[in-house]
Amino acid sequence: MIEINNLGKVYSGGRSYTRALGGVDLSIPKGSVYGIIGLSGAGKSTLVRCLNLLERPSEGQILINGQDLTVLSGEELRKARRRIGMIFQHFNLLSSRTVAENIAFPLEIDGMKKAEINKIVDELLPLVGLSDKKDSYPSELSGGQKQRVGIARALALKPDVLLCDEATSALDPQTTLSILNLLKDINRELGLTIVIITHEMKVIKEICTHVAVLHDAKCVENATVEEVFTSPKSDIAREFVSSVFPAELPEDLLRELSSHKDSELVRINFLGDTASKPIINGLITECGVQINILYGSVEHLRSSLFGNLILEIRGTDEQRGLAHEYLKSNSLVFSYLNRGGADA
Amino acid sequence: MPDSVYLLKMLNLVSPAVWETIYMVFASGVLAYIIGMPLGIYLVVSSKGHILPSPMVEKTLGTVINILRSAPFIVLMVALIPFTRAVVGTSIGTTAAIVPLVISTAPFVARIVETSLKEVPSGVIEAAQSMGASPWQIITKVLLPESKSSLILGAAITAINVVGYTAMAGAVGGGGLGDLAIQYGYNRFRTDVMIITVAVLVIIVQLIQTLGMRLAVRYSYGRKI
Ligand SMILES: Nc1ncnc2c1ncn2[C@@H]1O[C@H](COP(=O)(O)OP(=O)(O)OP(=O)(O)O)[C@@H](O)[C@H]1O
Ligand SMILES: [Mg+2]
Repeated sequence: MIEINNLGKVYSGGRSYTRALGGVDLSIPKGSVYGIIGLSGAGKSTLVRCLNLLERPSEGQILINGQDLTVLSGEELRKARRRIGMIFQHFNLLSSRTVAENIAFPLEIDGMKKAEINKIVDELLPLVGLSDKKDSYPSELSGGQKQRVGIARALALKPDVLLCDEATSALDPQTTLSILNLLKDINRELGLTIVIITHEMKVIKEICTHVAVLHDAKCVENATVEEVFTSPKSDIAREFVSSVFPAELPEDLLRELSSHKDSELVRINFLGDTASKPIINGLITECGVQINILYGSVEHLRSSLFGNLILEIRGTDEQRGLAHEYLKSNSLVFSYLNRGGADA
Repeated sequence: MPDSVYLLKMLNLVSPAVWETIYMVFASGVLAYIIGMPLGIYLVVSSKGHILPSPMVEKTLGTVINILRSAPFIVLMVALIPFTRAVVGTSIGTTAAIVPLVISTAPFVARIVETSLKEVPSGVIEAAQSMGASPWQIITKVLLPESKSSLILGAAITAINVVGYTAMAGAVGGGGLGDLAIQYGYNRFRTDVMIITVAVLVIIVQLIQTLGMRLAVRYSYGRKI
């Protein structure tokens, strides 16, 4: 439902010239929670700000439900923006307005009648769990509560899309989790498409269905979260994945184990169904190899299980060949750590 | 001990001057805001990266304001005599003093308002833009309400400044407490009148400052000011 075609953005002022985005193509499906991750300065904020034209792209198109935003201006653009909610790292609430008045703000902007506004505000307050803070001012709220107001405000006009730029970066881990859960609920209940900018892989892991990796103004990888977590293609994506699932063995241990001539080190990723299969048992009984577990973790990715194992497989060449076939036939994602180039 | 006759005389002498001063401060303050406030708003919104960027306008307006502000009030007042006469028919008296007071205060107001509005964080303006707010809505629903307490403090500073100017205007026949101080305190060596005039001026300034501070706190909604 959001099509980003060859999006480019150049900041030029005086002597400086920064290419913040260089030809980004993305397609964000309706109802998805689309994460965009990248290091600082990769161009994430620029990308998300281009989506509602807070930043005018230098080139390319942005189609939301088939409508090209980049050709709009004035009142047409303002109308289109009302279909796109946005929340911010520093909340950006109006300090002179109460919680209820902040949520009412976009409705006032839209020219809605007072009675109607009050009705919508009263519906939104419980949704974000702030019924008892209705008449508080932002200065009296915690960071998490402020972001909840930001979310309610962004949802007030019932947008099709919600943009989040580092929406949890100013919050502690526990509050982050509660905000992410709120976003997850909203996505499920309202069917809202959510675009999340972050530099933290744990945010992606928690709620995203898709992820795009931005690096040096380019999109280097984009796929479903499962694909990127189980088989990241770019170095930068691999780095991000290992930041939440640290499955690297210490160098010297790896060297020592690699010197065994009849053993192999294999890394296996499980996802969903395969996580509950008795793989190790199968390897031992069906292939006759000996198994040594060097590393293991089972985490959850959004709401499915995601396992990560590093095994040492010992046995004759033939037995190890059988093991290889076994892993393959169970459609597991695996890779050898010490078998020069050979893998699944 | 001063007797009651003396007190009555003094009251008759000072109170009209107090009212003249209040009239001048109030009238020229209001008129200066009517002119200066839109200019201040325009200076902000036309600046680079704001909601109606227009570097040419910002620069021109800024220069005009700087020129007007660099002329000392007393010089401006004398220079404006022909203009004042054309506008109000005379160049002497309280009403005539209002003309130069407004012309020198309006650019000051523009800068003070500009400073207050610039305190509104750009993120808040951006949030309003992202909700599809028009420039006019951003000015009336974001910039002005968000800087209310700062605008009030600015108004108090402006008013205190104008009190000072009215005293100067008094020196050239503008009426008010300045006039009184010159005529009695300076020309007729009435030290008692001089002292009372100064005391009344101090009280007026204190009242304005206190009122401004109170209102600013009331409209700060728990933020630091
Ligand atoms: N308004 C601007 N003017 C000039 N250059 C800018 C502007 N905004 C961003 N840039 C530059 O564009 C590049 C991308 O910036 P952007 O803010 O999109 O990065 P980011 O991925 O959001 O980083 P972070 O994680 O630190 O927020 C950076 O090199 C930055 O310096
Ligand atoms: Mg950023």
